[in-house]
Amino acid sequence: MVSIYRIAGSNDSERASVPPLLLTAMNRRSKTIAVINYGAGNLGSVANALTKLGYMPLITSSVPEVLNAHAVFLPGVGAGGDTMKSLEASGMAAAVLKLVELRRPLFAICVGMQVLLSSTEEDGEHKCLGIIPGKVRKLPQGLKIPHMGWNQVRQVVRHPVFNGIPDNMEFYFVHSYYAHPRDSSSVAGVTEYGIEFCSMLIKDNLFATQFHPEKSGEPGLKMYSNFLKYALS
Amino acid sequence: MLTKRVIPCLDVTDGRVVKGTSFTNLRDAGDPVEQAAFYYREGADELVFLDIGATPEARDTMVNVVEKVARQVFVPLCVGGGLRNIDDMRRMLQAGADKVSVNTAAVQNPGLLREGAAIFGRQCMVLAIDARRSGDNNATGWEVYTHGGRKPTGINVLEWITEAVDLGAGEILLTSWDADGHRSGYDNELNRAVSELVAVPVIASGGAGTLEHLYQALSLGKADAVLAASIFHYREYSIRQAKEYLAAKGIPVRLQ
Repeated sequence: MVSIYRIAGSNDSERASVPPLLLTAMNRRSKTIAVINYGAGNLGSVANALTKLGYMPLITSSVPEVLNAHAVFLPGVGAGGDTMKSLEASGMAAAVLKLVELRRPLFAICVGMQVLLSSTEEDGEHKCLGIIPGKVRKLPQGLKIPHMGWNQVRQVVRHPVFNGIPDNMEFYFVHSYYAHPRDSSSVAGVTEYGIEFCSMLIKDNLFATQFHPEKSGEPGLKMYSNFLKYALS
Repeated sequence: MLTKRVIPCLDVTDGRVVKGTSFTNLRDAGDPVEQAAFYYREGADELVFLDIGATPEARDTMVNVVEKVARQVFVPLCVGGGLRNIDDMRRMLQAGADKVSVNTAAVQNPGLLREGAAIFGRQCMVLAIDARRSGDNNATGWEVYTHGGRKPTGINVLEWITEAVDLGAGEILLTSWDADGHRSGYDNELNRAVSELVAVPVIASGGAGTLEHLYQALSLGKADAVLAASIFHYREYSIRQAKEYLAAKGIPVRLQ
């Protein structure tokens, strides 16, 4: 794999003589973090957030680059059915399935989370990746749709990804559909909007949020930072 | 619970932040990138940039401003002012905006809302409206003004909003022509009429002079968010003060 973001000279023998603080900085640059570009989504915002944290994200539409990355982000904005079509057309649907099989650290955002489920009812019934059994449903009538703005995420599991993030912290949401996993084993966070829905999933090394950490101020940046520390350690 | 948003607005012309009264008499006051970073640190829930110059050259400057802001501000950014077509919108979204607002262009070509929603998603499409009270002053008596509030259209505000939401508007940025710049409170009859009319979020704009005005727009006006420029711009109140005031009055807000 060739990446312009890689910095040479970070092999193990060289690391041994490097002071710990500098090592941390080098680590941030020597591991490849891919942001999947499949012709949609908020890649720029995700990349800006990762850059702010000191990483050098690789925005890529290359399947081999994604499969070789140490950690991968799957952004998403738009409709679930269209997103699935784009993922399939670009070969990224198979790549994401492979990443999960390899237990490669993967962070999926918004519609990126929704496509992990079995199917979505957005604009008719569409088959999704089926990594998390369950359906994507429309938010109930009676409240403003889209659910847009800052809402609380109640943490229902303990995990290092929540380090330094208080329970019930607000994150930024904008969506009209929500993921409804068949069983609760992978539910990591829940949010109330007319109903209580799953706003965060964790399954092995797969992380997914309905909210946008890259648009959620300091707590959002903290979550990405925690994920990458966990993923790259 | 979904919190109510407090949104500072940066009126930009030729790459500088300005704030005027009733769309004229501008006073220069600041660098938009610095201002945006300042508001972000203060806890702004979102930022709105309105390019009130909106010449083609100013648009290039604005793209540059948005790119710089998006690298250091991690809350949603909405950009509007002079966006005429899908390409204009795409440029702003690619530069780092999360939403684009359209006003005059949507009145002239309502199909733009449908097209934009199909390409970028409804959540990106903000319909901005300058609403002026009509002479008869009844509950539906507001008229749509375009061209930065200079041109009457004869179009009824509530009818236009209903149509625009059908077409693809995902949010309404509702400015009272009458109240804007006078700092004597929002037009909460207008805010309430629109909030009760449509199922998309409504941002109240125009007229904030005190923190009580923000509270009134969110309670009496039933708005989902309040937008203000001068009270934050001239540091009369900080965003944090505004949110603490609202929280003390029982309005759910994000305090960090």
